[in-house]
Amino acid sequence: MTSSWRLAIIVFWTAIIVVPIAFGGAFVQRIAALTVLAAIAASAWNIVGGYAGQISFGHAMYYGIGAYSALLCYTKLGWPPIAGVPVGMLLSVCLSLLIGFPTFRLSGHYFSMGTIALATLLGLLFGNWGFVGASTGVMGPAAPRTVFDLVFRSAWPYYIIFLAVLAVVLLSTYALQERRMGFYLRALGASDRAAASLGVKVKYYKLYALLLSGVFTALAGSLYAIMVGFVDPPSVFGIIVSVNMVVMAALGGAGTLFGPVVGAVILVPVGQLANAYLGGGKSGAAYVIYGIVIMVLARFSPGGLLRALSRWPAKRRRHAA
Amino acid sequence: MIFVQVAVNGLLLGAVYALFSSGLTLIWGMTDVINFAHGEFVMLAMYVTFFSYTLLGIGPPGFIIIATIALFLFGIAVYFSLIKHVLRGPMLAQIISTFGLALFLRSAALWAFSANFVSLPNNLVGGTLHIGSINIGVAHLLAGLTSLLVTFAMHFLLTRTTLGSRMLAVAEDATAAALMGIRPDPVQALTWGLGAAATGLAGALIALFFYVSPEVGNSYTLLAFVTVCLGGFGSVPGALLGGLAIGLIQTYTAYFIGATDKNITVLALFVLLLWIRPQGLFGRR
Repeated sequence: MTSSWRLAIIVFWTAIIVVPIAFGGAFVQRIAALTVLAAIAASAWNIVGGYAGQISFGHAMYYGIGAYSALLCYTKLGWPPIAGVPVGMLLSVCLSLLIGFPTFRLSGHYFSMGTIALATLLGLLFGNWGFVGASTGVMGPAAPRTVFDLVFRSAWPYYIIFLAVLAVVLLSTYALQERRMGFYLRALGASDRAAASLGVKVKYYKLYALLLSGVFTALAGSLYAIMVGFVDPPSVFGIIVSVNMVVMAALGGAGTLFGPVVGAVILVPVGQLANAYLGGGKSGAAYVIYGIVIMVLARFSPGGLLRALSRWPAKRRRHAA
Repeated sequence: MIFVQVAVNGLLLGAVYALFSSGLTLIWGMTDVINFAHGEFVMLAMYVTFFSYTLLGIGPPGFIIIATIALFLFGIAVYFSLIKHVLRGPMLAQIISTFGLALFLRSAALWAFSANFVSLPNNLVGGTLHIGSINIGVAHLLAGLTSLLVTFAMHFLLTRTTLGSRMLAVAEDATAAALMGIRPDPVQALTWGLGAAATGLAGALIALFFYVSPEVGNSYTLLAFVTVCLGGFGSVPGALLGGLAIGLIQTYTAYFIGATDKNITVLALFVLLLWIRPQGLFGRR
């Protein structure tokens, strides 16, 4: 890594951490917290979708399970929602084991299709299941009973908590990337047949990636539920939830460590600002812009922004030499 | 008797599903791109039909033809402006490009036409046929029969004509086809046009008996995927059988269990099928 790259990364992280503190309006803080939350989810998706190249369009199933676990722990047992975090993670592991082996027989488009169907199915089932509030959804605690309920008026404490979690997710991904496992996953992503012929236990490593990715996505879902205090099937199982993770990772660069973070830092503020100034999600104007951004990205920067950027100076250097 | 009535309704509905799914399977099989905006194509055709009637005063069959032609042109435009450029890129770029298109079309419709449900007057293609004790809506019958005809025509096009052979050649290997003197671009553009046209026709026929809203495409995209997976990718006769099966499953579930559960059974069966037989019922790997 060149020193200019290192400088760019330091500037980028300082900007992410400092900007919300410097311009600490409630609106900016909320956007900052949501950005970091989206970065967590997109980074989690990146493990199986980016590194291992299994493009899941159904990660909302983990997100939804995490979100529901948190708030159900509160409504059914009276525990603070955060107690639902390990429950959600455990359930996500069960889900990965349940679906991993059968769906990994599917490859390419088939895998994407199967995961979409599963997430939609779970959303429909939750929407018809009285125990989890059916289509009305579940509410979290309105006012904090103790500090463990993590109910804050300002988005500021959430921002700090989410940053810490994002750091954990990125460190895990980094550790993965540098170890043998990371090479196996990238080999899988490039071609699972070639990887298998070189002795990589394809199914085992795909499942391992899915487990890790699912656990972190469930965690992101729980955090979302804790911050927003309300979940219903479309808000956490909706296909747009999965699409957001994919698009953010793809925009920054799927299969790169910081790609999903870059994607989230660009797309979440764009979406929130468009929502605020173009009249809410109901009018559709915000998503018109979102859709255009996605198409332009796929058309002009198919490998993601980070890859495009890192290729550019290399080309210039070659010319100079 | 009610059993037969439900079966008839299911088969007629299924024929329409088969028609727009054959559009998806054509595009998929011939250009290897999944069009995640497929349901939005249906939605667009439904709005074209609706506005042809309300604003221009064109009735059936005029508005059906207009919707088909409009979608044909739209498909070609989408190919040249978007698909052509991502076709040789990574798979992730292909997938998110059509996802972006879907999001764009749906939200643009929401923006332009509002979220309100609209529909054509109920008895535009009027009346009900009574055969014994079975009632068949003429609109449903027309939609079902037209769909069957067009699906057969598409199968004929692919298997018995020069154009079909060209499409298959380009699908097999675009470079080799180019060396044999077939330019891939016009052929693939035409594939997108024809696939979209079949979708447009299906959309116009559905608009005869179903409401129109910007969100309506959502469920059709998923239905088309399930149908195509059920039949096996790239197979038009497979899509026909898949469509008929889905129509039957939906109407029987709606009748015996409840209308809200009909998509749950379809999806559950689909997931099950993907586990047991990933290549589809009639597909070959």
